[in-house]
Amino acid sequence: MTTYRAPTQDLRFVIEELIGLDRLSGLPGLEAVTPELLEAVLAEAGRLASEVWAPLNATGDRQGCRLAGDTVALPEGFAEAYRAFVEGGWNGINAPAGDGGQGLPELVASATQEVWHGANMALALAPMLSAGATALLRRHGDASLRERFLGRLVSGEWTGTMDLSEPQAGSDLGPVACRAVPDGDAYRLYGEKIYITWGEHEAAENIIHLVLARTPEAPAGHRGLSLFLVPKYLVEADGSLGARNDVHCTALEDKLGIHGSPTCTITYGERDGAVGYLVGEEHRGLRHMFTMMNEARHKVGIQGVGVAERAYQQAVAFARERIQGRRPGGEAAVPILHHPDVRRMLMTMRAQTEAMRALALLTAAEMDVAEHSPDEAARAGAQRRVELLTPVVKAVATDQAVATASLGIQVHGGVGYVEDLGVPQLLRDVRIAPIYEGTNGIQAQDFTLRKVLKDGGEALEGVLAEADDVAEALRADTTLAGLGDSLAEALAALRGSTERLLRDGEGDPLVPLTAATPYLAQAGLVLGGWLMGRAALVARQGGETGSQDAAFYAAKVHTARFYMRHVLPQAHGYTPAIHGGSDELEAMDDGHW
Amino acid sequence: MKILVAVKRVVDHNVRVRIRADGTGVDTANTRMAMNPFDETAVEEAVRLREAGDASEVVAVTVGDAGSEEVLRTALAFGADRALRVDSEAPLEPLAVSKALAAVAGREQPDLVLMGKQAIDDDSNQVGQMLACHLGWGQATFACDVALADGELHVVREVDGGKRTLAVALPAVVTTELELNEPRYIKLPSLMKAKRQAIERLGLAELGVDATPRLELLGVSEPLPREAGGERVDSVAALVDRLRNEAGVI
Repeated sequence: MTTYRAPTQDLRFVIEELIGLDRLSGLPGLEAVTPELLEAVLAEAGRLASEVWAPLNATGDRQGCRLAGDTVALPEGFAEAYRAFVEGGWNGINAPAGDGGQGLPELVASATQEVWHGANMALALAPMLSAGATALLRRHGDASLRERFLGRLVSGEWTGTMDLSEPQAGSDLGPVACRAVPDGDAYRLYGEKIYITWGEHEAAENIIHLVLARTPEAPAGHRGLSLFLVPKYLVEADGSLGARNDVHCTALEDKLGIHGSPTCTITYGERDGAVGYLVGEEHRGLRHMFTMMNEARHKVGIQGVGVAERAYQQAVAFARERIQGRRPGGEAAVPILHHPDVRRMLMTMRAQTEAMRALALLTAAEMDVAEHSPDEAARAGAQRRVELLTPVVKAVATDQAVATASLGIQVHGGVGYVEDLGVPQLLRDVRIAPIYEGTNGIQAQDFTLRKVLKDGGEALEGVLAEADDVAEALRADTTLAGLGDSLAEALAALRGSTERLLRDGEGDPLVPLTAATPYLAQAGLVLGGWLMGRAALVARQGGETGSQDAAFYAAKVHTARFYMRHVLPQAHGYTPAIHGGSDELEAMDDGHW
Repeated sequence: MKILVAVKRVVDHNVRVRIRADGTGVDTANTRMAMNPFDETAVEEAVRLREAGDASEVVAVTVGDAGSEEVLRTALAFGADRALRVDSEAPLEPLAVSKALAAVAGREQPDLVLMGKQAIDDDSNQVGQMLACHLGWGQATFACDVALADGELHVVREVDGGKRTLAVALPAVVTTELELNEPRYIKLPSLMKAKRQAIERLGLAELGVDATPRLELLGVSEPLPREAGGERVDSVAALVDRLRNEAGVI
């Protein structure tokens, strides 16, 4: 069976040394964050995650969820584990104190979220979706809705869902057909939504659905959609639970992975209509939804890092134990950890995971600055970075997580393909991450068209200028100079790609659309290189003055070296595709397929 | 009933300890530290006694440098009501620690002192016993169950070959085994609250404690590597014979 230990040392390295807690502790509202608090928070989250959540990961996969009358039966132990999380106060970690949360920064919250996902991704989806619904309600709900619903969503006593997709409306939500008919102060909803994560269960007392639907006379397409809050149980004025609302789970999906997470078809208004309340303004539902899209996508990236870390831990543990084959010139059989190709696989897993952890947490820190800085220009600058980096974190961290989980199987060999040790589960589970919250193809378009080309590459260039400084600093360090050269070459390649797309994309929109995915992949590798380079510099210094032990820092430097030699150069492989235009794709006539 | 619970900051039990190059002790610089696990069970038990209504107040105490306040914050997060630290830059010997705790007990007047039976760093297993002597109180060591009944404590002790139940008059000193309980998961709001709570500080001189070292440390070294191998014998009888006649251990 697989075990998981929260990578608290690595998380602290990124937060305290790579990013620097001082970046946050100077911000108003975040003064409480000290290294001691961070250590205690990560240790305690890690304990609950590894002792209670992680052992249920395999149970969730084997048992799955099933429809039981009007509700969903969860795998054994899931409801209790969710409640332990709620009782521990973890759900409201980053919610404002005024709403009953703990008011900790997004950076610290993201670190704990990596841990929940690493321990049990299927279970961690419950609070992840709740967080999206909670953010929407906080930002767009009126005082009476917030009063009635926000507190218990923040505490986790109630969970929240995001009800967007319909069979004909997935990546494009324009055709959403769900109807909302005015009924006094409220609305009655009719229709059906699919792929509703944690849409029905009894781990919490109530479930708050946030639903995109169309009011009568609303314009067709995106502009006619409004956002509604539809509770499973109606809530009386005194806060007590009232009648069961006409909203029901009518089917469960049979999926490749995350079997412990119920993916529901939700039907509204089979009888007298589901009571719903308008959130925000009519016809602005999709716009409201987009205000929390960055967070939601960022969280999926964090999820990728969490599962990748678990795959790595498991593969290293196996490689230490499994004795097979000899080293050149050796007599006795050795653990496979000592074979060069196994080491290469493990280092690939480790280096990619560390790079994406750094990028994801750095983005979280920018979210904190964007929200809390007293300086308006600093807030705006940070927000721009969040916009730029979010699609990279979402897409690159999840693509690499899939690759890492797959390599984890490879390290195990035959037994990795067998379900007994729980190795394939990680790949099956994490395979959804490149798909939901906007497919990685959509992330690539978002990054290329809206985040880079639209501003002429300015926001990206701001980040690359910092990466130049890292490359220079590496070159100035006699033992790390080679890393600086690799980084500088990769930066030049990315800049070349950007220039090319800015030039050719002007006249032909098919060029950037064709290049988007390879361009995003290239950018992800280069941005990872920037932070791995910085990690090497910090670790070199830390070896002398840092707060961790020498072996820890030495391993960081070795990992950065490996990244620069084995991972980063893949960025150059994307160049021909980015520069190549869309001719052959477009030349394929319908009859050629 | 008021409970004083003594805790110690030690190298985290997950960390592989390293000996300082000069052989003068364990290297604790840049090493993850945590509350002694035996003390965790003591704090947990104290908080449970209060939650059950058997105790009215739980005060956590440690003897150590400023960094050791971390474990007091952990104790507060478990649910201790107050915390105080007797300041000592240098690590003290068990005798000095027991004197410091006796002085604190004199000020605090607890009905019960709870602490781990030993600390996992030096495994001395002395402070609780010495403390009971200084105070002239009863002691029950190696507790794996504690219950208040008719004004006295019933303590189940781990002893060789089984368990023994003692009735102890209060005030008393009780030292705890890991089997006593399963320490709770600390809640995030408790961690945040503990961070803001004040910690009282006391000096050794203020308490009138003479902490002069009585022991001389000759050296600290790694244990000898275990010899590989072993030998397979044909039968149990042969094993017993060799253990008795060759090794002379039975």
